[in-house]
Amino acid sequence: MLSENSENQAGIKEYPDANGHFERYGGRYIAEILMPAVLELDEQRQKIMPDPDFNKELIDLLEKYVGRPTPLYFAKRLTEHLQGAKIYLKREDLAHTGAHKINNTIGQALLAHRMGKTRVIAETGAGQHGVATATAAALLGMKCRIFMGVEDIERQAPNVKRMELLGAGITPVDSGSGTLKDAMNEAMRHWVATVSDTFYIIGSVAGPHPYPVMVRDFQKIIGVETKKQILKAAGRLPDILIACVGGGSNAMGLFYPFLDDSTTLIGVEAGGKGLDTDEHAATLTCGSPGVLHGSKSYVLQDEHGQIAPVHSISAGLDYPGVGPEHSLLKDIKRVIYTTADDCEALAAFKMLCLHEGIIPALESSHALAYAIKEAPKRAKDEIMIVNLSGRGDKDLDMVVLALEKEK
Amino acid sequence: MNRLSKAFKNAAEKKEKALVGFVTAGDPTLDESKKIIKKMCESGVDILELGVPFSDPTADGPVIQRSSERALKNKITLETVLKITAELRQDIEVPIILFSYYNPIFAFGPQKFYEKARAAGADGVLVVDLPPEESDELTGGWNDGDFSLIRLVAPTTPSERIAKIAASASGFLYLVSMTGVTGSGGLNTSLIADLVREVRIYSDLPLCVGFGISTVDDVANVAQVADGVVIGSAFERLIEENIDKPDLAERLAERTEEYKEATKI
Repeated sequence: MLSENSENQAGIKEYPDANGHFERYGGRYIAEILMPAVLELDEQRQKIMPDPDFNKELIDLLEKYVGRPTPLYFAKRLTEHLQGAKIYLKREDLAHTGAHKINNTIGQALLAHRMGKTRVIAETGAGQHGVATATAAALLGMKCRIFMGVEDIERQAPNVKRMELLGAGITPVDSGSGTLKDAMNEAMRHWVATVSDTFYIIGSVAGPHPYPVMVRDFQKIIGVETKKQILKAAGRLPDILIACVGGGSNAMGLFYPFLDDSTTLIGVEAGGKGLDTDEHAATLTCGSPGVLHGSKSYVLQDEHGQIAPVHSISAGLDYPGVGPEHSLLKDIKRVIYTTADDCEALAAFKMLCLHEGIIPALESSHALAYAIKEAPKRAKDEIMIVNLSGRGDKDLDMVVLALEKEK
Repeated sequence: MNRLSKAFKNAAEKKEKALVGFVTAGDPTLDESKKIIKKMCESGVDILELGVPFSDPTADGPVIQRSSERALKNKITLETVLKITAELRQDIEVPIILFSYYNPIFAFGPQKFYEKARAAGADGVLVVDLPPEESDELTGGWNDGDFSLIRLVAPTTPSERIAKIAASASGFLYLVSMTGVTGSGGLNTSLIADLVREVRIYSDLPLCVGFGISTVDDVANVAQVADGVVIGSAFERLIEENIDKPDLAERLAERTEEYKEATKI
């Protein structure tokens, strides 16, 4: 009786199935050369991740090295300014290296280490995942190579220098639009050639199974902490959670522990120069199901299945795909996906600087932009939590340039 | 006997191996591409692999990436490739294997693709990023034993997996010569011989080897051990290097003859 009952309760948190399918999404759409590596990774992570020794080591590093738990901060002045719902910020920007990406890279690098791999590679857009990977590699004494689009190298220059200082080699990628998608293409090509000793640390809840579920599992600490912290601070669950969505790792990490609760979940995609132009990266809002980078998910593409060029002021959201779990959550309407455009993100960026003394990443500024729009419409006793997924030091050049253009 | 089986049988009777030639459809232009393909088929290509261009070819090296970009600039779609296939089928008996990433087929509709590809006279399809774990969604509605999904085996594929792949394969098996993207250097003939020997344990299908085969010597070496030799990037490089030459198709034909000669054993 009991087991029958628990089977009935198996809900949206039970995905994916053994083959990495989130209903029609996910899976493993990769070249045969990589299949054995991906199958081995799936087997090993299921063995290693539940191991108490592995967890002890991971938690120890997350506490003492990354600085977890990150604070849940009540943004008092911003709340007063907007005259609506109480706004809390989950301060992932305060994690070591300045973004949530480190939660995942430490986890994957430890896993790689356990699997006997001596070398890690990663793609990066904003550079935060690249920096976090280079950091984890340095910490564990592993070789590291980062693939980064030439346009992103230009607009996220400080992160390139950080990666180099951390001992990583950088491979500039000039194919396509020279952004995150192209960096991921090149990382996959490189992985195909080096798969015997190299572990690919994918930075988002994208890619072939088991990456989407594995990255989610390393990132869900964001939501687990948030839940505890808000219960302690407010004595109840929040009404609304907001996170930006590029590939979707910070959003998945925050949302996952809340999937079975009644909290409203909002994913904010990059509206770029507007949804009526071709220059946005609103994959879930404007895309259709397709296959990119190893999994089936929403994709921005033309009618012939060619991947569309995309744009966002934020390099980390400038991506035509999205993690497969988000596609399922959109279809079943558990998460509402919306957009904030470049201008709204910039305005939110400025507002947080001035009202809270916090410089947010341009990626996180998209989530803030939604909060700023939505908070005044909500009652003052409602609780809204924004995932401040990263800090904005890397974006200063871009922001200054954009603000000058605005003048 | 279907066209694929016939092609291997004909080659064997002539004491040679099958030359499998890959070109991206519509590169450098639609008309020139058709001319090139016909010439190549007349000059010794036994099996044609016709590439469907894709915006994000993650298994391909720079040469085929650029050929794909050129074809996309020419607005080549899967629909165009099927049209080219049907036109070619009017004139030639060479088996045609469509070579694609999955997304263009998925966008087109897998079942519609199957029907249109067969109607056009294609003999099969090789989908680079569709391993057996996911391929039921493509082949679920197939009922024609003469239309093959060409399966791949890589040097990284363990024995039990080779057995599984071989069990569901038809047409021929495509053996990836090395761990790398298309057009890479560093061909190792003795490793290829090992791979062929191992796969042979599990399959009686013809075994074709591809990736990184570019010189006449490479072809001769691989022809010693495999049933077919796949050339892709080397043809595309020749197209790229002679893109504006009026005798482009003849140059491809000439090179095809040299490769074909090297498949004799």
